Amino acid sequence: MLTLYARRRLINILSLGISVLAMAFGLFWLGWILFTLLQYGVPGLSLAVFTQITPPPGSDGGLINAIAGSLMMSALGTMIGTPIGILAGTYLAEFGQRGWLAPVTRFINDVLLSAPSIVIGLFVYEMYVIRVKHFSGWAGAFALSILVIPIVIRTTENMLRLVPNTLREAAAALGAPQWRIISSITLRAARAGILTGVLLAVARISGETAPLLFTSLNNQFWSSDMNQPMANLPVVIFQFAMSPYADWQQLAWAGALLITFSVLTLNIVARVLFRQQGSSH
Amino acid sequence: MPTFLHYARLKLQNWPDILFRVITRISAFSVLLLLAAIIVSLVIGSLPAINAFGFNFLSSAEWNPVTEEFGALVPIVGTLVTAGIALLIAVPVSFGIALFLTELSPRWLRRPLGIAVELLAGIPSIIYGMWGLFIFAPLFGDYIEPWVNDHIGTLPMIGAFFSGPPMGIGVLTAGIILAIMVIPFIASVMRDVFEVVPALLKESAYGLGATTWEVMWNVVLPYTKIGVVGGIMLGLGRALGETMAVTFVIGNAHSLSKSLLMPGNSISSALANEFNEAVGELYTSALIELGLILFFITFVVLTLARFMLYKLAKREGKVT
Repeated sequence: MLTLYARRRLINILSLGISVLAMAFGLFWLGWILFTLLQYGVPGLSLAVFTQITPPPGSDGGLINAIAGSLMMSALGTMIGTPIGILAGTYLAEFGQRGWLAPVTRFINDVLLSAPSIVIGLFVYEMYVIRVKHFSGWAGAFALSILVIPIVIRTTENMLRLVPNTLREAAAALGAPQWRIISSITLRAARAGILTGVLLAVARISGETAPLLFTSLNNQFWSSDMNQPMANLPVVIFQFAMSPYADWQQLAWAGALLITFSVLTLNIVARVLFRQQGSSH
Repeated sequence: MPTFLHYARLKLQNWPDILFRVITRISAFSVLLLLAAIIVSLVIGSLPAINAFGFNFLSSAEWNPVTEEFGALVPIVGTLVTAGIALLIAVPVSFGIALFLTELSPRWLRRPLGIAVELLAGIPSIIYGMWGLFIFAPLFGDYIEPWVNDHIGTLPMIGAFFSGPPMGIGVLTAGIILAIMVIPFIASVMRDVFEVVPALLKESAYGLGATTWEVMWNVVLPYTKIGVVGGIMLGLGRALGETMAVTFVIGNAHSLSKSLLMPGNSISSALANEFNEAVGELYTSALIELGLILFFITFVVLTLARFMLYKLAKREGKVT
């Protein structure tokens, strides 16, 4: 029979041990997934991946059309979503003290932030693809921009709130009108943080598959026409990985490696940037 | 208030200010518009199916594109079951990780480990799917599932859920992959929430001689329970809507089976697999109605989650 003290200590040690195991469990999957990607992806990387278009099964090829398509759609999606996100985030932080609009928007935005991305794909399909009657790069870019907006709004608002009020007051005391204060003082002071948000948004959309399935679909050939179906890495990976052909699967692994490491690099760059911003205050 | 009047007049004279304000207000308003547009377009898209099947859509397990008979029961059950399995695994593990990060980890390790967990959250879901299909599912089918069959599948009450052909892919595998995906989300919310506990409370408990675990269980957790539940619901929202990771490993079979080892289907994987091949208005419309149901479920879950997190944030403001 244990004394109360011994029992309490035992429970403590046991639960802390389990907590350490849980941490190891989480890291274990990260390590395993990254290891697998390197193991299968690196042999698939070659110059052809970056110079040739996606092949029919059984012949050589690369992923250049998919890489280009992903870059174009992500860039456009970011360019459409970022201004709206920054402006709306500015409203929430700078004008959102009174009225019903700001709290409601904040709430809805938080919900949209984790809404299922496949539903966004369906939405763009309903609103755009059906109207123009074909899949297109534009539709893909629109779907991605809808994913960008909530992320940028969230970070913009948070970052603007970190800007000390004394800065705003100092500018106002010099006679600057409000638009001037916001655009030249507060937004400028928060720009590294906002950039972090944009980078995180880019990282998020560059790996998204589900919203592209019904919008940009895929294209076997090189195409830079945004009005045509457009190849993109995630959908190519999906198709190739699900296929029975070994050479397609090999390309899918190479693509998976590319996507994961660019997404993780973006994530790390964003964090480093944010850290510099944080320490400069 | 003469000063206010003066201020207001100055403001009126300053038209760029008004313009700026209006532009930002419109941008904020567009978010609400976006949500409304999503709901309206999904409802319009699913009208043919709603008219054809009514509420039977929710309870019918039939899914036959040839005879155009559609029911959402199989994908709805699949979505709920996989998300449920994911939470069962992810919640305790995330709690452990958050406990480790806030209380146990040496200070210099905290940041790198926190980043590692967030990187796990950053890996695109299609990678989880691929990894699950090619690496995890074969191992799971060869080693774990036979063992599950022999040891858990023979138990009286829950046995039926755990016996079946060890194929590797199926509802259980999908749930496990989802768990790995949502662990980082739940863990990072829990860690943030644990950090709002005033140090004073914890120090008082330690001062009375409580162990780390007792502080965690009797002080930190009760103080933050709304936030913790909010974080769990946030993870649930993710798990319900997740598409690619599930599509790869769930097996995509429109059949209702008691066994978790059997292939099944979820709303999002049915959409991903069938939407582009759907012919006929009714088929497409039934799939869109699936999307509407998914949006509705996640919307309710996420709303509850945010509501709880707000409540905690408010209380934090009061106490400190």
